[in-house]
Amino acid sequence: MIRFENVSVRYEEDAEPTLRNVDLTVPEGELVLLVGPSGVGKSTLLGTVSGLVPHFTGGTLTGRVTVDGRDTRTHPPRELADLVGTVGQDPSAHFVTDTVEDELAYGMESLGLAPGVMRRRVEETLDLLGLAELRDRPIATLSGGQRQRVAIGSVLTPHPKVLVLDEPTSALDPSAAEDVLAVLQRLVHDLGTTVLLAEHRLERVVQYADQVLLLPDAVMGPPADIMSVSPVHPPVVALGRLAGWEPLPLTVRDARRRAAPLKARLEGRDPAGLVPRPSAHAAGREEGPASRDRGPVPDAVRASAVSSDADGTGPPAPSASEARGSGGGSPGHGEAGSPHAAGREGRGGGLSLFRRRRTRPAPAPAAPLVLIERLAVRRGRVEALRRVDLRVSPGETLALMGRNGAGKSTLLSTLVGMIEPTSGTVRVAGLAPHATDPRELIRQVGLVPQEPRDLLYADTVAAECAAADADAGATPGTCRALVEELLPGVADDTHPRDLSEGQRLALALAVVLTGRPPLLLLDEPTRGLDYAAKARLVARLRGLAADGHAIVLATHDVELAAELAHRVVIVADGEVVADGPTAEVVVSSPAFSPQVAKVLAPRPWLTVEQVEAAL
Amino acid sequence: MSTARGVSAASDRGASAASARNVFTAPEASRANALHAGAWWLWALGLAVAASRTTDPLLLGLLVGVAGYVVAARRTDAPWSRSYGAFVKLGLFVVGLRVVFSLLLGSPIPGEHVLFTLPEVPLPDWVQGVRIGGRVTAEQLVFALYDGAKLATLLICVGAANALANPARLLKSLPGALYEAGVAVVVAMTFAPNMVADVTRLRTARRLRGRPTGGVRAVLQIGLPVLEGALERSVAVAASMDARGYGRTARVPAAVRRTTNVLTLGGLLGVCAGSYGLLAAEGAAYGLPLLGAGLLAAVAGLRLGGRRTVRTRYRPDLWGVRAWLVAGSGAAVAALMIWANAYAPEALHPGVVPLEAPELPLWPAASVLVGLVPAFVAPVPSVKENNA
Repeated sequence: MIRFENVSVRYEEDAEPTLRNVDLTVPEGELVLLVGPSGVGKSTLLGTVSGLVPHFTGGTLTGRVTVDGRDTRTHPPRELADLVGTVGQDPSAHFVTDTVEDELAYGMESLGLAPGVMRRRVEETLDLLGLAELRDRPIATLSGGQRQRVAIGSVLTPHPKVLVLDEPTSALDPSAAEDVLAVLQRLVHDLGTTVLLAEHRLERVVQYADQVLLLPDAVMGPPADIMSVSPVHPPVVALGRLAGWEPLPLTVRDARRRAAPLKARLEGRDPAGLVPRPSAHAAGREEGPASRDRGPVPDAVRASAVSSDADGTGPPAPSASEARGSGGGSPGHGEAGSPHAAGREGRGGGLSLFRRRRTRPAPAPAAPLVLIERLAVRRGRVEALRRVDLRVSPGETLALMGRNGAGKSTLLSTLVGMIEPTSGTVRVAGLAPHATDPRELIRQVGLVPQEPRDLLYADTVAAECAAADADAGATPGTCRALVEELLPGVADDTHPRDLSEGQRLALALAVVLTGRPPLLLLDEPTRGLDYAAKARLVARLRGLAADGHAIVLATHDVELAAELAHRVVIVADGEVVADGPTAEVVVSSPAFSPQVAKVLAPRPWLTVEQVEAAL
Repeated sequence: MSTARGVSAASDRGASAASARNVFTAPEASRANALHAGAWWLWALGLAVAASRTTDPLLLGLLVGVAGYVVAARRTDAPWSRSYGAFVKLGLFVVGLRVVFSLLLGSPIPGEHVLFTLPEVPLPDWVQGVRIGGRVTAEQLVFALYDGAKLATLLICVGAANALANPARLLKSLPGALYEAGVAVVVAMTFAPNMVADVTRLRTARRLRGRPTGGVRAVLQIGLPVLEGALERSVAVAASMDARGYGRTARVPAAVRRTTNVLTLGGLLGVCAGSYGLLAAEGAAYGLPLLGAGLLAAVAGLRLGGRRTVRTRYRPDLWGVRAWLVAGSGAAVAALMIWANAYAPEALHPGVVPLEAPELPLWPAASVLVGLVPAFVAPVPSVKENNA
């Protein structure tokens, strides 16, 4: 269906080619997944199929790309429109009209299909993608997942033989991503569409792929074969490689069927010492045993309430470990107090409890860094947040999760004073953010927004750093030193726009950290990051947490939350519906549990790293 | 509506009252029965024409009330529907501006009721006839108010059309040759709100850098990023449109292409020359035929040009009975008001010198109420949509 003949693409005459000598054939009706680290030319390869590269982006293409026999050199994108449907990274940049139904019809109108045909196909597509309810809605009012489905639908209506998608699920919450992927699978099964798809979040897509195409080497093969050598791979593959499973499992289900021996080996060990937890000096204030000393603390009380709540509904993981922790354990554990703490500590907990008790600071309970009480935020008639209570202590990492539009970003905005609370109190280090001078506030709290570019105004990295120093009143060179640490080897005169997604995030992080804020907020930090960039980010954030920074991340990335967060707060419809230690919350709600936890359930293992350390 | 009921009673007397009610109750709005955008615009323009024929504040108020009632009864919750409030505010602003100008610059209206006297700025001889400051009379203020109210009513009528009719749908009704220009306008229109959103987002993001979010400097500093963002988005939309077949053309014989060009260009020239002839002192004789011929040639050119585009239209709005009623009600208001103006102009223009209290002339007021017809015949937006 798609034939690449010795294809190379270079954007500048003297630069390295972005794609080099790609030579392969994508057969009809296959779902092909493009994988590879950032910047190996995944988007470029996708662009060559639709003809946007080089007709639209410029650059030189050598070799030949033919789609269903049509040569993309002689056919500009509009002449391929009936054959190839393309959805780019940002669905909102895709829309031409303003309502769902018109958008679905737009491509067919351009191709000049008969009105009767258009009408029928729009109805079919509305059903196929579950958009019938939304047909008259203005696109501006749709959520991220809905938009992504409309974007896919809008290129499906002309019945293209090839569908090209660039990171279709990156911006989506787990359940919206599953909706989109289910649609793609239906297309492949029911209509025989050839789908070419690039995605960083392999844990979501790899099980749907018929073939995996690994860049930059441009080798294509069955998913299991490619995954066994690929430098980027989902956690379930990492676990499989670690355990030496053959053939490599790609789905949680396959892995679980082979997991019995691994589970047996892990029996008697516990992730306790490996579960991320606040660094020693902060831990004493937040956790169960210590809070007992200070009398009732809403946070701890609620956390345990949540955990017992989860026991009733979720998988039996927490109850099992809790039973052992509080009941069957040594006498020391019984004394340890609140069940959720014991559950996390498990058997290895005795020692660390002991240690923490010794290192715990004087009982004078310092005010938590973040104190939110009965917070409500309204925008017009919409109640974005309702009755939110939250505390964050220094050194603690907290993950805010929940579906798109649940109020995560609003909560973060409230913490930096971008949104004024309608009622209730918000205190960051004792200050009310919206009433504090921004210059003062950036020394207390820093937010890296969803689009790190929003923070960057200057046209070179050096100018950006100088401005950041001036803004924060830091000694000149502070920001530059941070950049050097987070982003080694970036030249002073680089334009922030030329940095990759991960580099730009690091620069924004450096800018924010210049003011040395004890509270660091990140909104969706792993969007567009590959596994390597994500691993670097995780390492950096762990370092910051160990230095006593409190970190709050709003994220859809369950794997990130599992690796990083001490506590997970789930927000739904503007309310906090769960708040507790990561292991408990994440294991008890399948939508938010990482792959390793699903494989090794009911035991609370969350990451490959923990398993590796325990073996 | 009352006429429609009468017709129904006459034609199917046998039908039960309930079924007649069913037929004549406005249906719930959906894509299928959406009123043609042009009908709403004709209705609103009719009201606007009526407003331009009177200065009676009571009649103008009635017109605003009629437009406002229809908007309240029939607008959806779509983004463009929110423009009505903006137009009302703009109208009020115009009234205020008109009064302020009258206060400051004086007015040729002779008046006896001097309210107060502003200090007058002495001006040199060569600006004779211009006055800044000076005495302010009640007559001049009332005149300015009436005048401003007229302008405001015109604006509010336009706002009503904007709120009731999707502007993109109106552009969809353009002839095929102009369709692509129409799409460009639609895309441009969606850009404005996007850019406003960008500005707000970047301004609040400045807070994260510890810089004040207000002030001229803030706007200047985020200007470049906003423009860059807009440029990037336009490139992305252009790529998407291209990949979806925008601009595919059918092959047309060279002769047809040339004829199209000649007809369109010639037609436009004819329209220009014709309108000049109509407006100039002499030449009214050849003006009208030239204008007509130019229009014909241009329309023919556009139709011929439409052959180059292969595109078809998905569910175009149909012009049905309800569209006729809506457009007709607007036209009726305009026609009745023009007629009333010819019949009894003084009733529509309450005296300013000497001052007298405006009255509500009965028949013109009744004819304005005809403009309420759309509130009964246009499809009702569904409740669900209102809440969404």
